[in-house]
Amino acid sequence: MVPLLLALAAAAIVIGVVVHVGHTLADELRPPRAPNGAGTDGIGAAAERRRFLRLIGISAVGAVPATILPVALRTHGDVAATAEEPARGPGGRVRQWTMIIDLRFCDGCQSQGTPPRCTTACIEGHLAPEPMEWIQVFEQELPGGGTQFIPTPCLQCQNPPCVNVCPVGATFSTPEGVVLIDQERCIGCRICMAACPYDRRFFNWSDPPVPPEALLADYSPDHQVPATRGTVMKCDMCPDLARAGTLPYCIQACPNDAIYYGDLEEDIATNGRSVVAVSKFLTDNQAYQLKEHLGTKPRVYYVAGHGQAVGRDPYTTGRLPTEWPWLRRVEGARVWNR
Amino acid sequence: MEPVTDYRRRLEEATVRPALGVSRGFWVLVAGLLTVIAWGLYAWTTQLHDGLIVTGMRDRIAWGLYISVFVFFIGISHAGTLISAILRVTKAGWRAPITRIAEFITVVALVCGASMIVVDMGRPDRLANVLIHGRWQSPILWDVLAISTYLTASLVYLYMPMIPDLAFFRDRLAGEVPRWRSRLYRMLALGWRGLPGQRTALLKAIGILMIVIIPVAVSVHTVVSWIFGMTLRVGWNSTIFGLLFVAGAIFSGIATLVIVMAVLRKLYHLEEYITEKHFVNLGYLLAAFTLIMMYINASEYLTTGFKLEEGEEFLFRQLFLGQFAGLYWFYFLGGLAIPGLLILVKRTRTIAGVVTAAVLVDLAMFVERYFIVISAQRVPLMPYVPFEYTPTWVEWSIFGAGLALFVLIIAVFVKVFPIMAVWEIVEEHEGTHAEEQRLASAEDRL
Ligand code: SF4
Ligand code: SF4
Ligand code: SF4
Repeated sequence: MVPLLLALAAAAIVIGVVVHVGHTLADELRPPRAPNGAGTDGIGAAAERRRFLRLIGISAVGAVPATILPVALRTHGDVAATAEEPARGPGGRVRQWTMIIDLRFCDGCQSQGTPPRCTTACIEGHLAPEPMEWIQVFEQELPGGGTQFIPTPCLQCQNPPCVNVCPVGATFSTPEGVVLIDQERCIGCRICMAACPYDRRFFNWSDPPVPPEALLADYSPDHQVPATRGTVMKCDMCPDLARAGTLPYCIQACPNDAIYYGDLEEDIATNGRSVVAVSKFLTDNQAYQLKEHLGTKPRVYYVAGHGQAVGRDPYTTGRLPTEWPWLRRVEGARVWNR
Repeated sequence: MEPVTDYRRRLEEATVRPALGVSRGFWVLVAGLLTVIAWGLYAWTTQLHDGLIVTGMRDRIAWGLYISVFVFFIGISHAGTLISAILRVTKAGWRAPITRIAEFITVVALVCGASMIVVDMGRPDRLANVLIHGRWQSPILWDVLAISTYLTASLVYLYMPMIPDLAFFRDRLAGEVPRWRSRLYRMLALGWRGLPGQRTALLKAIGILMIVIIPVAVSVHTVVSWIFGMTLRVGWNSTIFGLLFVAGAIFSGIATLVIVMAVLRKLYHLEEYITEKHFVNLGYLLAAFTLIMMYINASEYLTTGFKLEEGEEFLFRQLFLGQFAGLYWFYFLGGLAIPGLLILVKRTRTIAGVVTAAVLVDLAMFVERYFIVISAQRVPLMPYVPFEYTPTWVEWSIFGAGLALFVLIIAVFVKVFPIMAVWEIVEEHEGTHAEEQRLASAEDRL
């Protein structure tokens, strides 16, 4: 509201200046009055010149584009935020959510004979429109042949290229270290999609195909339901579930317990079955991050592997394609390919 | 040499002619352009109704033709700055008859380019958010700032040197044109009477503006390049992008100016003022820029291609051998090599030759914008099959409407405003005239 008023005020000032310049210019340029005698001609010309110059100066000020004034006048940052208070650990310190994905346990749900459960559960939990896979299970070749599966949520970068480029502060980092998107503010410029080096952002190219119950949800950037056309979405790391003491949908659904979720401050994480000390777990298993050399500082860590801990043969390739289980309940939905 | 007054009278008549009377051909042109624009608007309404799903863009290539066209238009807007500011600063006298056209191309191209951004937005209804919530840290805000500054500055810069000519129109066309136009000229001429004080003030103001506008123009296409250069994408993540874009902008700006000049010259018989010399001089500039572009391309592709970091190989293959090879080699051969040769070879260094070169350059620069925007996004960031982007009819229609709008505004402008800076040309002519007389009398004395 305040910036809007400032914008109006700025526009008014600029218009005022322009009108004033117009008036004065018209006055100034009226032919000089009858000469009062010899010598006044030169003085008149000089004065006239001075006045004209002053006018040009004023018009140059008037030419400062009005569009930028509200931004220029703003002193505080204006970035979207969630309404929720950040979760705090025992010492009162804000939780720093983190995720560790142990690839030794991930077989792309080949053993289940289903599409990757994490992906499906996330889709169901968020009523995510087809074809968004907020956590997408990529299949990558291994150096010696065979493949591994890499479940890839948004990596919650701590130097997030997507947040850095957003023109309206619609995508933002929370105190908990999570990157969220305010779909009520996003203007759909998609520069964040161009900037994300992991291709973790998805766009609603049309009215998103969502089941009717999505429309009943209370919107918040924490869970992004209901989806709206012309805005960007991605994995939100489920901070609302974490605050409520539950694990994200993807982790709950993983039959192999391959994904851990936790708090870097308290140095603790769980996959729903066992609890580990994050720092020790990362070090002992030589955890890494995706594309570390880019300097994006992801909050999501990986432990290298190809499902060997759950008996997967790396030479058995392929997984079942993702399904949007609620899609058949949506009538006349318009879907698109990625 | 004929007396200056005769020269002036003929020049004035040549300038006034387009503003008097409208031919049938003109209406046919306007009707044609309006049809194209109407079709584009129809395409846009389908897009507004269904969303960006009607375009060929998807998550993995999220910027397409619209952004390429935006970059292209902002590029040709550099025509005005180069001709009117740089040539004015360097006191290149021959520029006088073409400055007005150049400055006008700037303004129109900026308007057309900026509208492409609105078309590309997923939520055009939230445009105001950019003002309400704008963040300085975002390259998009830099673009908004730079382009709006450039637009205001070039409007002022178009208008100021036009004041004396508007006053001339006011006096010359009184009674011959409809009342609203007389009133328009009177208002815009600001009571100009050519008094010495007014002249000095005007010259001073122009002098300040022409210096100010050069850095503004350079900054504009630099920050346009930075909406790409500020990402970590292979193909965009380059420090040379600002330079590449600014050079390309001036390059395509000159080409567009040559084309518009050639058309106006033919239509309104301005052969006496816009001469072969103008085309050849601009042709030399074009030739110089073909070399600059080649140099920048070589620096960019050699330094990245030598090292072949992750993803670069994919980019190079699709650019030079695969997918985009046709476009790339058209750009390189048709847009840089051949135009350069056309101008450097004496036999083709004619008006026809330079215009051909200019058309090729504009086509090539459009193609270049396109493959720069698309090819980098086609490099897969994760292990997946690359996405294929093809613009849909909606995108082509809106692009066509953009071009039609560009031509339409110029056509209308030509009918209402003085297309040549009469007073500057006369001054220039007087200058050469006096110089010749001085030389002649010097010879007499010898
Ligand atoms: S698309 Fe939305 S979230 Fe992404 S940069 Fe633009 S405004 Fe920000
Ligand atoms: S992975 Fe992409 S979307 Fe997620 S925080 Fe990093 S840059 Fe942003
Ligand atoms: S953390 Fe939540 S939003 Fe992210 S992939 Fe898992 S379920 Fe989906």
